[in-house]
Amino acid sequence: MNMPVRSAADLLPILPELVVILGAFALLMLDLFIDERRRVVSHLFAIAVLAVATFMVATGVGGQGTVFNGMFVRDTAADVMKVTIGVVGMLAMVYTWPYLRARDLYKGEVSVLMLFATAGMMLLVSSGSLVMVYLGLEMLALCSYALVAVDRDSPLASEAAIKYFVLGALASGLLLYGLSLLYGATGSLQLDQIATATQMRIAEGNTLMLITAVVFIVAGIAFKFGAVPFHMWLPDVYHGAPTPITLFIGSAPKLAAFGMTYRLLEVGAPAFEEQWRLMLAILAVLSLAIGNLSAMVQTNLKRLLAYSTISHVGFLFVGLAGGGREGFAAALFYAISYAIMSAAAFGAIVVLSRRGFEADRIEDYKGLNARNPWMAGLVLCVMASLAGVPPFLGFWSKLAVLRAALQGDLLWLTLVGVVFAVVGAFYYLRVIKAMYFDEPEGQAIEASDNRPLRIVFGVNALALLALGLAWNPIMTWCQKAFAG
Amino acid sequence: MNPEPLQSTSFLLSLLIWLPIFGGLATMAFGNERAGAARWFATGIAFLTLLASIPLLTGFDMTASAMQFVENRAWIPAYDIRYHLGVDGISVALIALTTLTTLLAMIGAWTSIDKRVAQYYAAFLILEGLMVGVFAALDAMLFYVFFEGMLIPMFIIIGVWGGPRRVYASIKFFLYTFLGSLFMLLGLIYLYLKGGSWQLADMYALPLSATEQMWLFFGFLIAFAVKVPMFPVHTWLPDAHVEAPTAGSVILAAIMLKIGGYGFIRFVLPIVPDAGAEWAWLVIALSLIAVVYVGLVALAQDDMKKLIAYSSVSHMGFVTLGTFIAFALVRESGNTDGARLGLQGAMVQMISHGFVSGAMFSCVGVLYDRMHTRMIKDYGGVANVMPWFAAFVVLFAMANSGLPGTSGFVGEFMVILASFQAHPLIGFVAATTLIIGAAYTLWLVKRTMWGEVGNAHVAELEDINPREAFVLGVFAAGVLILGLWPKPLTDLMEPAIANLATQIAASKL
Repeated sequence: MNMPVRSAADLLPILPELVVILGAFALLMLDLFIDERRRVVSHLFAIAVLAVATFMVATGVGGQGTVFNGMFVRDTAADVMKVTIGVVGMLAMVYTWPYLRARDLYKGEVSVLMLFATAGMMLLVSSGSLVMVYLGLEMLALCSYALVAVDRDSPLASEAAIKYFVLGALASGLLLYGLSLLYGATGSLQLDQIATATQMRIAEGNTLMLITAVVFIVAGIAFKFGAVPFHMWLPDVYHGAPTPITLFIGSAPKLAAFGMTYRLLEVGAPAFEEQWRLMLAILAVLSLAIGNLSAMVQTNLKRLLAYSTISHVGFLFVGLAGGGREGFAAALFYAISYAIMSAAAFGAIVVLSRRGFEADRIEDYKGLNARNPWMAGLVLCVMASLAGVPPFLGFWSKLAVLRAALQGDLLWLTLVGVVFAVVGAFYYLRVIKAMYFDEPEGQAIEASDNRPLRIVFGVNALALLALGLAWNPIMTWCQKAFAG
Repeated sequence: MNPEPLQSTSFLLSLLIWLPIFGGLATMAFGNERAGAARWFATGIAFLTLLASIPLLTGFDMTASAMQFVENRAWIPAYDIRYHLGVDGISVALIALTTLTTLLAMIGAWTSIDKRVAQYYAAFLILEGLMVGVFAALDAMLFYVFFEGMLIPMFIIIGVWGGPRRVYASIKFFLYTFLGSLFMLLGLIYLYLKGGSWQLADMYALPLSATEQMWLFFGFLIAFAVKVPMFPVHTWLPDAHVEAPTAGSVILAAIMLKIGGYGFIRFVLPIVPDAGAEWAWLVIALSLIAVVYVGLVALAQDDMKKLIAYSSVSHMGFVTLGTFIAFALVRESGNTDGARLGLQGAMVQMISHGFVSGAMFSCVGVLYDRMHTRMIKDYGGVANVMPWFAAFVVLFAMANSGLPGTSGFVGEFMVILASFQAHPLIGFVAATTLIIGAAYTLWLVKRTMWGEVGNAHVAELEDINPREAFVLGVFAAGVLILGLWPKPLTDLMEPAIANLATQIAASKL
């Protein structure tokens, strides 16, 4: 049973995570010896660390397998998620640097925290036991709280960080309670053993404690995703945090949350699939309704995108509720495309803001087309993709989850999804309307003079179109992740 | 990975789709400062596209009912979506209409747009490519991509260059059509899950129960009824038309509405024939309401564009009537000839309405460019100062009211004949359009063209210039040729129509 690590070779599957963690420690030390003017070195170093780790995952360095007695599992599903987390994490870092530097907020710790958060996400999606789930989750969460508060002088950001911390701790508590019940009922921390033990408990007719555990776990998951009715923290945090930090916590962690859902529900509690599918379906309906309806009345773009995140989580849950391999493949595809889309959406705000001026109100975008047609065109791509208009990537992810739900005989859920997709289109159109139909007024917004930032945003936005025309590799990959 | 069978023999359809789309993107690069160059470049691309559509007509085998110019490649193997294009007679006619009308609309708008010219022409070119794609797609998902992709350019066209209530109109247009098509999307996904393929041909062959067909039918109905548009979901059209710039109205009326009718013919008839037969009465009833009631609504308008918009709804009622009367005929009395007559009538009506409505909107555009008002009361006696223009207007008005010898007559007459075979009452109600249509069109002509010169502004009007005369002349030629000698068009579409009639005759239960 107990197989200690006999040689360094046994640790190979976890090598990418080790690179990230050791890189973060190295950066922590390195940062002490870098003066303020050459801070860009720590920024570039962090990106390089992540790039190496992502490259290792993508090319399969270290190979798949389990480490630490099955606590850490590296399979195709984990690899797919980790590559996306790495890529989106790097993207977020690129957006973060010029923004924070221009506002004198860039500390070496920002990179360190982002690296640790990324390591947490990578561990979370690879977890094979309840302990690793909690470890990865807290590593991600604690770093996120600190990142939100990076602008210490902003009351809005401090408030957001406190809210995030309090509600996040509550969510962790809920989840932990669910995990402990699961442990108590099955006597195991290993997810695969829990799955077999649950079957036995069900055969004995002893399910009350397990059902309670599943309810708490789903609630914890919903909290982390920001699904209604556990969404209260999300608009305030997204609004209050500095925009590139919002970008970071709004994109890659969605994949981590998806990974956690997959590990806990599909690997750990497949016996209760019927029950958690129903719970997720109900959460999906609520998120679609509340998220979309609240987004309609927002005037602040960051809050609008926050509520739109809630509705996108609803769509993701539509796919999960569909169940089965196709359901998870569709939901993973949705999480990947959403991570890229939300990076682009918040990226637009980053690119168009400058010191002393945040382009985060919809009215700021009035007449953007008259001033800068290229930038308006890019934002148009982002909004059209979020609204789910073909041929953009956002459409195909909606297609995938609708297909999964129909396959799971959830016609009613797809009808709800379709109706709210139309409601959702309305508020994205408001942004397009402001850019194209209205005349410029007030303070002129202009694109950042940072060339790499502009290029990255351009690539990010156009990727939504390019991937929308060629999404086959991503989808094939997602299907492969759950084929085994 | 299996090697794909090499089926593609022609790149013509791809050329017709991607030449305008890439041309449109290139037009944007001119920027708004070099408006003249952008205008010439875009019109050149539209002209090349028109030229490229000539081999489509000359190379088309009119005796075959099978799809021609087929291109079939894997696109998204993970979801079995294919890049599958092909045309039959129906598609060829509509594609030719698209390429011709787009060029005319662009020439017609030469001087009326002076704001963001490059983007304006770019949007039209992209729209053209997408519309050709809709008519050529043989994969349901590919069709859907083109179908929905049109929303954004049209949204921008109405919203940026439209009239005073453009924002309201553009958002209404977008949300109406978006909602409609999403229900169809669910239907298509269902068909895919059931049959394992997005290919239309496979969907045609897929057996479906009565309940399944009913749900699918209503999914399709919502999508295409909004596009046509049918009563009672037609209310976005007058708003969109009135607020859109002239070229936008022309494209909207002449081509985009046809996509609804085309959708019925391509999807509803062959995929859910039994539900179509079951619910034909509903569509026929809605069509008759459109023909009569919306015709009467047109009578009450005091805005020229709104009047023509309502008249479009009324005329498109004939398209849906002709399409669904075919069901009543073929299923209840086995009258295949009558069904073919109805379908042919619907198709001829679509092409004819493309010319007539395009021409009518262009005429309003000519007046609007000079007077900047669309209100009927601001005109009067225009014929006195613009005799050439008045001659064209009267010709198009005659076509709009369905006078024999013009294209408007042919389609309506065929549909009315088919309707009489189904039930005399249906035929009778449909035939009232000849009176109502004449009433609102001729009254419009009387109030704007005839009589004393209405006011000082009208007195200063100048007659049409050669550019406008060319646009209206081409439309007029289309109207007359189609009216006097429709045989080439009906011959072109006959094999496809006959094929369709057998498809709807066969039950899938």
